[in-house]
Amino acid sequence: MTALRAGARRRTEPARLRTVRRAGPVRISFRYRPRVLVTGAFLTLVAAGLMAWTMSLGEIRIPLADVLTTSLGFGSGEHDFVVRTLRLPRTLAAFGVGVALATSGAIFQSLVGNPLVAPDIIGVTSGAGLVAVVLIVVFGTPAVVPVGAFLGALGATALLYLLTWRGGIAGYRLVLVGIAVHALLTALTTLVLVRFPIDLVSSAVLWLTGTLYATTWEQVGWLAIGLLALVPAALVLLPRLQLLELGNDTAAALGTRTQTARAGLLLVAASLAAVGVAAAGPVGFVALVVPHAARMLMGPLTSGVFVVTGLLGAVLVLGSDLIAQHAFSPVSLPVGVVTAAVGAPYFLFLLWRTNRGVS
Amino acid sequence: MDELSLGVPDGRITCIIGPNGCGKSTLLRALARLLRPTAGAVLLDGRAIHRLPTKEVARHVGLLPQAPVAPQGLTVADLVARGRFPHRHLFDSWSCEDEAAVEQALTVTHTAELRDQQVDELSGGQRQRVWIAMALAQRTPVLLLDEPTTHLDIAHQLEVLELLAELNRSQQRTVVMVLHDLNEAARYGHHLVAMRAGRIVAEGPPGAVVTAETVRALFGIDSRILTDPVTGGPLLVPVARAGSSPVPAAGPPSPRESRPVADRQNPITGRG
Repeated sequence: MTALRAGARRRTEPARLRTVRRAGPVRISFRYRPRVLVTGAFLTLVAAGLMAWTMSLGEIRIPLADVLTTSLGFGSGEHDFVVRTLRLPRTLAAFGVGVALATSGAIFQSLVGNPLVAPDIIGVTSGAGLVAVVLIVVFGTPAVVPVGAFLGALGATALLYLLTWRGGIAGYRLVLVGIAVHALLTALTTLVLVRFPIDLVSSAVLWLTGTLYATTWEQVGWLAIGLLALVPAALVLLPRLQLLELGNDTAAALGTRTQTARAGLLLVAASLAAVGVAAAGPVGFVALVVPHAARMLMGPLTSGVFVVTGLLGAVLVLGSDLIAQHAFSPVSLPVGVVTAAVGAPYFLFLLWRTNRGVS
Repeated sequence: MDELSLGVPDGRITCIIGPNGCGKSTLLRALARLLRPTAGAVLLDGRAIHRLPTKEVARHVGLLPQAPVAPQGLTVADLVARGRFPHRHLFDSWSCEDEAAVEQALTVTHTAELRDQQVDELSGGQRQRVWIAMALAQRTPVLLLDEPTTHLDIAHQLEVLELLAELNRSQQRTVVMVLHDLNEAARYGHHLVAMRAGRIVAEGPPGAVVTAETVRALFGIDSRILTDPVTGGPLLVPVARAGSSPVPAAGPPSPRESRPVADRQNPITGRG
């Protein structure tokens, strides 16, 4: 039995206590897992590499060295327009959208205790989709779509929260209500799409697939502000999330106000998804699969795993956008088409690797 | 449940007993601040527990719920470390005191060698000890446990109860637990609280609570109270439901064989 299981068991590495002495009486110590650090460092390098590579490709090919110098601001000026105005915002947005969606999914999955949950499954992003489609198709105001999508995601979350509330929020109820909310909002979106002329509808459908085409610096700025506010907020709430994973009673007995913590986490997770969707539309699959993959690679959620989950999401979106833009050149695809095509095989590979040895 | 008054003696083991649905767990949950009494209060060192901040209560009272759940893949050391939450502040780093509390909890519960294993892969008895370790890392003077021995075999039951008795003896922790088994309650409890239909029927040391009359009032069964040959405390042997006659023991196949059936079948003496 032991021998049979040995292959199947993913060993979760022990945490180590690291004590760093600083000058004077201040001493900083933390628990860390070498594997999380190594994975994080590796993914940071991969993300940086993908960003540089993406920016060097395109109709005008630019050598990697020039990409680096130009994007960091001390290039010759020759490629300033292409790199700094066109390509850099897009690749930065890909990074940020990946972080936002993956971290949102990680909180949702942990909060509900169900690895099949993601903001695109329980109606959060469908709220964004409905508002965006109405703005594009009915009102013809695509300029306000990011704001509308952000508010739509939060609105759908508020609806979800109110419908789930029965003296408290229970995880399984949130999933069931979420699936219903998602179905309702998707039906309304489809209704709008089939009632309006095809030329208006096609740009709405493109948005619904998720695309990073023509990302502006303004969008990147909002995305950065959102992430800089929300990721630290999530990290502050993370210890409470870890306790909620142990059940309501245990969490309460360990000093958590469970309903307040749950509402706060829900708000942060929904806002992260909203920020991501506002920038690129509802890019599918990232929020569902990346947290799962991160768990398989590194074990249960800790602050380190949370950050690295964001990096993994960034790598998935960056890689997908690279393929979407350049693999089928001169045709350029929306990134949302590729995330699933890239993410699904990787996910299946991880599942296969984890279950190896069980027969 | 109404008009219930209970004082939990400091530094002793209190066992709450009673039939299913009598309010044992409700009482324990109220003591743990998980439920708010509609009237009255739970006092902790003279202060109403519902007026205190959640974290402050969590530094004084620890709880092991009936069926705790751990996320998949969580290691023992990480679970026990989560017990340190009430002692940590927003930007506190993981301190040497935290580490020491976790180490001590692991050592006392004999789970130190399990530290890198995953909680969902442990046996029932090991898992229960690990959860107790998490509550111990919380370093609370009061420990509440809701049926800590349910679903465990007799050896693991003994293991858990011995551990709690040891914690009470060596660290003077106040232990309050809900138990189903009256004989376990009589053996390990200093103070017994017998409940029925939301009220306290009897309260006091085991010898005063585990009596034939109280057992009939609680469970509606006739019983005989013997002296526990191991501890000298009361030992309950059920006879039958009140008013009916006992079914003869399923003895050996041959009636001529005159083995001491009653003695051999006594579930208590075989326990050691």
